[in-house]
Amino acid sequence: MAALGVLDGANLNGGQKLAVKYFTVAFILFGAQILFGLLAGLQYLNPDFLFGVLDFSVNRMVHINALVVWLLFGFIGSVYWLLEDEAGSPVVGIKLGNLIFWIFTLAVAAVVVVYLVVQIGPGEKSSIWLINEGREYIEAPRWADIGIVVCVLVFFFNVVATFTKGRYTGIGGVLVLDLVALAGLYLAGMFYTPNISVDQFWWWWVIHLWVEATWEVMVGCLMAYALIKTLGVRRKIVETWLYIEVALMFGSGILGLGHHYFWIGTPEYWFTIGGFFSALEPIPLVAMVVHAVFDSGAHKMKNNNHPVLGWTIAHAFGNFFGAGVWGFMHTLPQINLFTHGTQWTPSHGHLAFFGAYATIVIAFFYLAMQKWRGNVWMSGNMAGDWKWKWSLALLHIGMIGMVMGMLVAGYQQSFIERAIEGSTWMGYFTAQAHPWFLQGMWWRQIFGWVFAAGYVLLAWDLLTIGKRETRPIAVLHGDASPATA
Amino acid sequence: MSQTEALWWASESFWRKTAIWVTAGSFVALIFLTFDTMSQITAGTKRVPAYSVINHRVDYVFDEKRNFQVPVIGPEEPLFGQMLTEEQAAAMVSKGKLTVQAKNCMNCHTLLGNGAYYAPDLTKAWLDPAWGSKEVREQSMVEFLMNPQERLHNVLGRRMPNLKITEEEARATVAFLKWMSSIDTNGFPYNFKPLDQEN
Repeated sequence: MAALGVLDGANLNGGQKLAVKYFTVAFILFGAQILFGLLAGLQYLNPDFLFGVLDFSVNRMVHINALVVWLLFGFIGSVYWLLEDEAGSPVVGIKLGNLIFWIFTLAVAAVVVVYLVVQIGPGEKSSIWLINEGREYIEAPRWADIGIVVCVLVFFFNVVATFTKGRYTGIGGVLVLDLVALAGLYLAGMFYTPNISVDQFWWWWVIHLWVEATWEVMVGCLMAYALIKTLGVRRKIVETWLYIEVALMFGSGILGLGHHYFWIGTPEYWFTIGGFFSALEPIPLVAMVVHAVFDSGAHKMKNNNHPVLGWTIAHAFGNFFGAGVWGFMHTLPQINLFTHGTQWTPSHGHLAFFGAYATIVIAFFYLAMQKWRGNVWMSGNMAGDWKWKWSLALLHIGMIGMVMGMLVAGYQQSFIERAIEGSTWMGYFTAQAHPWFLQGMWWRQIFGWVFAAGYVLLAWDLLTIGKRETRPIAVLHGDASPATA
Repeated sequence: MSQTEALWWASESFWRKTAIWVTAGSFVALIFLTFDTMSQITAGTKRVPAYSVINHRVDYVFDEKRNFQVPVIGPEEPLFGQMLTEEQAAAMVSKGKLTVQAKNCMNCHTLLGNGAYYAPDLTKAWLDPAWGSKEVREQSMVEFLMNPQERLHNVLGRRMPNLKITEEEARATVAFLKWMSSIDTNGFPYNFKPLDQEN
């Protein structure tokens, strides 16, 4: 092992070396997401900005696609990070894993270049196959869809083979079953139909069952691992909590899918099913808060990585507020009739994606930096520890500010455009031109810059944290060893 | 009784089994519901009319019993004055849907309320009073789609860019929008004020 405080690949196992590659691309795409979000936000304030060059539709598409892909890269990286540790065995197909990483990254780059340069195509199937599928979040053209499935299958093979060769922990078992669902569900979005009701029905299978079910379980696994690593929580406790979370998450989230089936042509019984089950969706998120806070308290906050614990707690609360509270606020059909497709949706979307997913991936970035620098001290009295605290603060202040700006705009839009004007073209623009709406957009933009500043500081911190640190990682007193199956 | 037995409900194995059964049960329920829903939203059903509905007038009228507006299929009013067979109508709507996807409409507009929020919802765009009158609507829509960038849209200065939409694509897009307006969306959008289509 190299000297403490020095970035050295020898400090990492094979899976972790691959993980940091995924993390690097994830972090760059996170930056791209912010950049294109800022451009799209500016177009609300100045519609002539980049008009005809990079139109809103292009910026917005890159903004949300960068989000999906950076989180996916972050998750894959996180799983490779913990894989050898959990399984007690080297990653089986590490060379294949590396090859796939480069193919995946190049494919993402090619898709983005086509988005930015070609942008649109003629109304033919070739456009869907080569340029842009034109379906929100899964715009990637069909060739890329097939590539994504192949990449995810190789990743899945690596995870299963490694656990099978080594040992299956509780976290490992849940992870494998979750990845089956994650890979399988993507197929539900890979077809063309002229029937938009059928299109959106299956489209939600991908979007909702990824984001509100399989991704939630994925971060449950990641949080479980992070708590074991940083607090030394007993595995039995963490894994029991994980099963509780899975039961509640899938129990509410699978049929909670129904809250997307209120207005797309689907039958009225989805009002009851979607309303009821999606109203239950915050419960597992409460469980995660209790779990994280209880474990931290039980260990008197003694931990070996302050930024990781900070971001894990941020994740627990962010998930609860962003996905849970903000989702619940407009999930019942009686209110959703007025809020559906207004700025309420991005208000919820921003806080949920950030709170539930960005936070935990950032926690793993810090786990990685600690070990990459030779398992250095990252507890109290770190040199320059203001950076991680301030980046956490700026990212949160920026996010909450944006969310509030959009929420105010959404309230106004629901009343004026939806309830009073009845969603006509004129009604839409009457609401968009209202001072309350415009104020919301200004606040969103200002806080967007605050968020961007937090990102820059985060980059600086990740590159420098633990540098020249001479103390080794703090010793924890707890039983974190994998259960022998 | 030992402590372990007393706490069966807090045990790892109990929750592992619960997680598996709850997940499996929910998924099976979803599969059944999916089959039922699919049978109700296939084109040509009561909720999602056949594509040849574009040969008829489509309106959006308040229904006392359901207590919200529902699409009403009226007398023959062929799109662009031309009656189409089911196959021709399906091909035209499909061309429109492909255009909507290839031009990335969904990253500015919402369709059935889903998409982006930079431009108006298109669910009932066919019925929007902004097109002026029933007589000029079809041609206005085609002209707008082909050359929108110079039109005054609103006081904000927000404009739709020129997406190089051909006349054939524009007409097909109008067909798609007309067909979409006939889908029973359970009263979404609420309180919509459709274009007057009475003669």
